[in-house]
Amino acid sequence: MPLTPMHNDTQDTPLVEIKGLKTHFFTDDGLVKAVEGVDLDILPNRTLCLLGESGCGKSIMARSILRIVDAPGRITGGSILYHAADGRTVDLARARSGSKELRAIRGSDIAMIFQEPMSSLGPIQKIGKQITETIRLHRDVTKAEAREEAIDMLARVGIPRPAERFEAYPFELSGGMRQRAMIAMALSCQPRLLIADEPTTALDVTTQAQILDLIAELKDEFKMAVMLITHDLGVVAEVADDVAVMYMGKIVEKSDVYGLFENPQHPYTRALLDSVPRIGVTTRDRLPAIRGMVPHPLARPSGCTFRTRCDHFMPGLCDLREPQLKSQGDGQVACFLHEEEARADV
Amino acid sequence: MSEAILEVKDLTMSFGDTKGGWFSKPMQGFVAVDAVSFEVRRGETFGIVGESGSGKTTLGRCILRVLDPSSGSIRFLPKEGGAVELAGAPIDQLRQVWRKVRMIFQDPQASLNPRLRVIDVVGQALQKTEGLKGKALADRVAGLLENVGLRKEFMHRYPNAFSGGQRQRLGIARALSTHPELVVADEAVSALDVSIQAQTLNLLQDLQEEFALTFLFIAHDLAVVEHICDRVAVMYRGQFVEVADTKTLFENPQHPYTRALLQAVPVADPRQRGRRRGKAEPVDVGAAPKGCRFSTRCPHATDLCRQTRPPARRIGGADVLCHYAGEI
Repeated sequence: MPLTPMHNDTQDTPLVEIKGLKTHFFTDDGLVKAVEGVDLDILPNRTLCLLGESGCGKSIMARSILRIVDAPGRITGGSILYHAADGRTVDLARARSGSKELRAIRGSDIAMIFQEPMSSLGPIQKIGKQITETIRLHRDVTKAEAREEAIDMLARVGIPRPAERFEAYPFELSGGMRQRAMIAMALSCQPRLLIADEPTTALDVTTQAQILDLIAELKDEFKMAVMLITHDLGVVAEVADDVAVMYMGKIVEKSDVYGLFENPQHPYTRALLDSVPRIGVTTRDRLPAIRGMVPHPLARPSGCTFRTRCDHFMPGLCDLREPQLKSQGDGQVACFLHEEEARADV
Repeated sequence: MSEAILEVKDLTMSFGDTKGGWFSKPMQGFVAVDAVSFEVRRGETFGIVGESGSGKTTLGRCILRVLDPSSGSIRFLPKEGGAVELAGAPIDQLRQVWRKVRMIFQDPQASLNPRLRVIDVVGQALQKTEGLKGKALADRVAGLLENVGLRKEFMHRYPNAFSGGQRQRLGIARALSTHPELVVADEAVSALDVSIQAQTLNLLQDLQEEFALTFLFIAHDLAVVEHICDRVAVMYRGQFVEVADTKTLFENPQHPYTRALLQAVPVADPRQRGRRRGKAEPVDVGAAPKGCRFSTRCPHATDLCRQTRPPARRIGGADVLCHYAGEI
């Protein structure tokens, strides 16, 4: 059975290179800059976590890669270069929506799973039918072969009695089982990149632990890259190799997971890490909360977007100029605290 | 130890019971809360933690009498004396109690009427119970908004104009409006972002101190529960499988389910990765077993567990529902 790794992606060349990506929403009330100039490389065989609070643009960023941003949103700038296994390079940001090129990549090379499994599983078709359909859409196999593969895949994601569940409707499964079925469907074409948008947020902790273990295992087995979108620092610590922290449509810090937790550089990252209660660590003292709240998307602060909540706000600098991602230690951070020259100018 | 404010005894809530008729036997339906007994002490924060479907929300609703419990007793002991039996209490009596026992909900979007202005949302109970209106009402609402850290000018806006965190503050202000003694908070911070969650937890602690509140804090997030609660009950399939003070429970969990739960929580420290031993396999939980509810998932289960219900035992400062508590 072809449940063996197909990809020989090496670490050095990125799978996807995102450069200066802008995804804006043209709403009746004004322009919402959901993604505002993001540079990000997605490396093969690694798990990249996109961390941020609701509304920071992390989901829109992921949906931009697959070109499934809903109107009134659209990509207004930048590029998303996908380096295909056959050596071709496709700019996903410019590909015509609905084009053959795009459809061939979507679901086959790059697959996505969601927080709510019912948003990708149809309610009125049996699980098995939905998986075989995906397989046969992208690969030239017979119905019988596709069926066999689908059942193998259901077994692989840990669904008990897979042949029986092949005939089940999504509503007949529990939340955790549905999540597994969706993963089985996403992996049925052995994607090189799996994008997981808050895949465990709606699940109980014990189920969450199982699903996170499963994704990590399958990542190694199929040698794929995983981009996991989450707001949960515990999940990040558990699965990430690399982390990108987003705030108001921008990446404010990029680092490997150890660097991020042990030596966070951006004031926002630091504040985020401090504000979560941790088992066995916190006392009943007050939590060091980040003051205020995320500004309204239609009223983006000038300069650094975090300055309105930042304890290190430097007037005359942070409100006038936008900090760019600069190397700092092993990672990158967008903050003037780490730019001596810029501070000297003030 | 302070005195009790709430005493719950053998509280059972089952859904879909049938009385039986000419052709059918009486049948007990789905038992969501199964003979739960506990007491909440004045001034403390008592946490109920459990996964979805464990019955924690149903239990909270029974205490508020949003649901009528199938059997058991719920005694509320207000400060001025005169204990009230809530189970089976008539509506007039409940109306009095509902001023002293209030609720905060998870979804601030769904629990605030979008057609009412803030002054009416927060002040509704004041209008109904104290007949306040006009300037008197506005003054009280202004004070309440100030208590929860919102500006008083906000009272003329509609709930839609607020962010999730602010709406939760409105829900808290509404709960505070009648000077409650006991507040049931059902997943009150679960829907909030990390930074807003921290602010809201701090606010709840401040208010508890200022107004001498007692909290019944229902949640699924163990880290939040550890942070805010004095004592914790772990609920599994309708039963409290372990009750202990927070430190004891988190440092020395006795019940196998409590241990499994604590082990499953991802820790925000990448160096501790892989500390979860073994692999949790998905299980078909199926119908409730005759004996211990957890026996279908428990690694230590024996025939005794599968056949007989475990008695409550007191081990190492915790009340544990397990045949082998203290031995495993």
